[in-house]
Amino acid sequence: MGYVGKSVKRVEDPRFIQGHGKYVANIKLPGMAYAAIKRSPYAHAEIISINTEKAENLEGVVAIFTGRDLMEGTKLSGPCGALPCGFVPPNTKVPTRHPLAVDEVNHVGDGVAVVVAESAYIAYDALDLIEVDYKPLPAVVDAKAAAQEGAPLVHAEIANNTSFLWTLGDKEATKKAFAEADHVIELELINQRLIPNAIEPRAAVAQWDKFAGEMTLWTTSQNPHIIRLLLSGFTLGIPENKLRVVSPDVGGGFGSKIFHYPEEVIIPWLARALDRPVKWVASRSESFMTDSHGRDHITNCKLAVKSDGTFTGLWVSTWANMGAYLSTFAPLIPTALYITLFSGLYKIPAIWGETRGVITNTVPVDAYRGAGRPEASYQLERLVDLAARELGMDVVEIRRKNLIPENEFPYQTPVAMIYDSGNYQKLFDTLEELAGYQEMRKEQAKARQEGRLVGIGVSGCIEASAPGPSPVVTSLGSAIGLYESGIVRVHPTGQLSVFTGSHAHGQGHETTFAQVVADELGLPMEAIQIVHGDTDRIPFGTGTYGSRSAAIGASALVRSAEKIREKVTRIAAHQLEANFEDMVYDQDNGTIYVKGSPDKSKSFAEIAFTSYYAANLPPGIEPGLEATTYYDPSNFTFPNSAQIVQVEIDKHTGAVRIERFVAVDDVGKTINPMIVNGQIVGGIVQGVGQALWEHGVYDENGQLLSGSLMNYALPRADQFPMMETGRIETPSPHNPLGVKGAGEMGTIAATVTVANAVMDALAPLGIRHIDMPLTAEKIWQAIQSSQNGGAN
Amino acid sequence: MYPPKFEYYRAASVSEALALLAQHRGAKVLAGGHSLIPAMNIRLANPGVLIDIGKIDELKGISTRNGSVRIGALTTHATIAASSVVPQALSEAAGMIGDPQVRNRGTIGGNISNADPGSDLPTVLTALEAKIHITGSAGGRTLAASDFFIDLLMTALQEGEIVTAVEVIAPGAGHGSSYVKLAHPASRYAMVGAAAVVTLVGGTCTAAGVAVGGLTPCAKKAPSVEAALIGKALNADMLAAAAEVVLDDLGDDILEDIHAGVEYRKSMAKVFVDRALSAAVQRAQTHQM
Repeated sequence: MGYVGKSVKRVEDPRFIQGHGKYVANIKLPGMAYAAIKRSPYAHAEIISINTEKAENLEGVVAIFTGRDLMEGTKLSGPCGALPCGFVPPNTKVPTRHPLAVDEVNHVGDGVAVVVAESAYIAYDALDLIEVDYKPLPAVVDAKAAAQEGAPLVHAEIANNTSFLWTLGDKEATKKAFAEADHVIELELINQRLIPNAIEPRAAVAQWDKFAGEMTLWTTSQNPHIIRLLLSGFTLGIPENKLRVVSPDVGGGFGSKIFHYPEEVIIPWLARALDRPVKWVASRSESFMTDSHGRDHITNCKLAVKSDGTFTGLWVSTWANMGAYLSTFAPLIPTALYITLFSGLYKIPAIWGETRGVITNTVPVDAYRGAGRPEASYQLERLVDLAARELGMDVVEIRRKNLIPENEFPYQTPVAMIYDSGNYQKLFDTLEELAGYQEMRKEQAKARQEGRLVGIGVSGCIEASAPGPSPVVTSLGSAIGLYESGIVRVHPTGQLSVFTGSHAHGQGHETTFAQVVADELGLPMEAIQIVHGDTDRIPFGTGTYGSRSAAIGASALVRSAEKIREKVTRIAAHQLEANFEDMVYDQDNGTIYVKGSPDKSKSFAEIAFTSYYAANLPPGIEPGLEATTYYDPSNFTFPNSAQIVQVEIDKHTGAVRIERFVAVDDVGKTINPMIVNGQIVGGIVQGVGQALWEHGVYDENGQLLSGSLMNYALPRADQFPMMETGRIETPSPHNPLGVKGAGEMGTIAATVTVANAVMDALAPLGIRHIDMPLTAEKIWQAIQSSQNGGAN
Repeated sequence: MYPPKFEYYRAASVSEALALLAQHRGAKVLAGGHSLIPAMNIRLANPGVLIDIGKIDELKGISTRNGSVRIGALTTHATIAASSVVPQALSEAAGMIGDPQVRNRGTIGGNISNADPGSDLPTVLTALEAKIHITGSAGGRTLAASDFFIDLLMTALQEGEIVTAVEVIAPGAGHGSSYVKLAHPASRYAMVGAAAVVTLVGGTCTAAGVAVGGLTPCAKKAPSVEAALIGKALNADMLAAAAEVVLDDLGDDILEDIHAGVEYRKSMAKVFVDRALSAAVQRAQTHQM
């Protein structure tokens, strides 16, 4: 039918735009009670006592439980287990994380008790009446400082607060590369902490059927099956066949809704303990202090370069702040999603990377849009810019000189990855042309003569998305394989229910997946219903993150559709008394006929009905028309992007204005260009947020100073010009759609592009590097000190 | 988003509002609710009683008489932003507050009674030497803006009083005014706000009002800057020089936060006073012709 490749309007939008999305917070059940959580105001403290008496006496309070109550369990609701970490590389020390703290709190916002009341108002009133006696303990917030000998320990059993050391590469070869280098470009940098802020706060509603022993949990999750698995196997102990996890419409995640959170344990535990439905919805303040944060690296890095600009080595040491506990996939991010991308788009023969995962008294840090890859891009692309500056080369020229040539794919990097496909020269050709790069440089030269601070930033970045295959990701430490499930169920009347283990929370799968299946079977999109987000309706799936849904989730549907096509063709061949090999399945209109006789055809709907009527099926063919696939990819995919940004800095205030933003991406084949463009543009905006404004700030006592939207600065539409986007397509060779994933590329590249542009603007003043966010104040200070004679 | 329990009364008239206020000591007055309600929702404010004056029509609207403009306390930011009769600095500032939703609900009376240090209107009203009309059970009184704003979130309003109107001079020939701000990147409140109003007669500055806000606990008049302007034929260098002396008017108490420290804010006060003056003078020159 030709849907794939077209900008079909999103079928989700009418309900979202008109305010009829069905979110967890919309759920109201008869007899439902409301929970609120008492949280620690201290970053690190011993809990001496918790007095709940006054709160319990408040009218309308149903019950109050502490961390110890949950750990020990009640008569009706058994003990809660600790929250597991789902990615544990060898020799990782995993601190115990109870759903509610027991004896000790380890970050501001750590839960200590939960109130259940007849209304949310009463629950919040009761929180104020709970008296917790704390003995404050010394706190650590900075990863590098926390890893030093003698720093206060967050968890007594984890020496130097260091949970793991993860290394990759050839250390000796890299040392040699630096010993022989003409130039060594060094940089110490901070990749600051970010706070995700999905528009919908996390929420949970649980309903317990004590006679059936069945629990239903509605939760704001990107991967309901993973949550069911962890609840069943680790935290709640309800068998998977009696535990239903539903993740309905979800208002954004950006990674922050992948993880198994304490409230997903507490709320169903309460429903069982009290034998009534219980609801919890996070306030925005709770989002800030309990949703897993992102980034937060301190990094020393250096690039070895020959005098002609050829890169010969890269060395990176990083202290990754993991927060107070290891969130569900936390150790994966600064290791296998980070060091493996150090080569970027370039041939760098020798690479060494080492990451220390450090525990601190802060909110746990885990995957956030890009997850490890923006950090890898940022350090490399900053080093490349500094190398160009030292060598007096143009920033595009030095990149082009080192790009992996098109004829060397598949390309084995020194850090484990095999890049499957790409055409990086063409990527830069397209970018330079779209931007008019040479012209931009001329105009910049003119502006500089006028004393204006105009900067042009360039980057070329790689992403490894859609992780797989399962044997590889499990060998790296993942506790679960990363395949995806997909069922195509054809009903007797010819309509389809399509079940996917992927989960949409803004990506538009109800549109794009329907486009894919419609084209595979030659059916109108309207005949196809995409079902996701309910463990009772869909087979075990691993969810949506890592830009994996199109590459893995939609590929599973393609495989299932192929199986349907084959069965339909076999039945049609039988009915038309022809050989299967002589049949044609016309994917333009869903008709099946004998080669050469299209006038004597069977329609898809006819065959669908006869497959259930089952009176005249070929021998050996079962009735019914349904196919299931668990698709395990043979490799990651490798989207890539090149960007040019022009900024101008107000030299009086230090404020940065983005004048132009040009991005060219290779995300492989595109299913829906409009949705891809939206993903790229939205991703860019999020990446620029890190470059210029966003910063999760703790003071030295572990108090979160950027704990609300009054002081955590998110990007806004009026800060951006119209984005200029372009695309090249080198199809991924190993998945049936040739797609690579589009969800994160914009973010991964945009942060460093803007940082490079700002540094380019400041270059005439001799300013070499400023850590992000590049706030007006920091830039102003750098300008001041450069004018006072001192280079920054 | 769950405030503690409170009683709610809606007043149909100013006299009823005053009676309710007299009856309920410690009650908070609710107008547009765009500062008070969020503060209650995060339990920073906990008034036992709210008296809603939002439906009192006599407190709404803008009127001009005898060279002055009277703006009812319940006039919304959106109305002021769209007004062509108020001084331009005031409509400009009102248009910079929050977002369209906030501007459609928020009122000038509520804004100045709350006296947030990052708020835009107090700075403009101070520069314009606006009169603040107040009424209470003991009768009405009028204060100059610079006497009305006392400190961080503190005004001269007494228990039981409400603001009824704000009065500013109607812009005439040779008048020009401007408000500019360095917006907080998260909240978009002013980290530094500067308002300037000048009157030019034959190219000479005969009157000047300058005020700054955002970096001080409440809006501050800048008499040193004003003195550097009055009686002079103004040019760009003179404005820049005048803006420099704003530091003499700031006082010792300078606010700071994670986005902007004291030194930066002080320097920006000079930059933004200069920008406000330049725009005001340019407008005054246009209006002379």
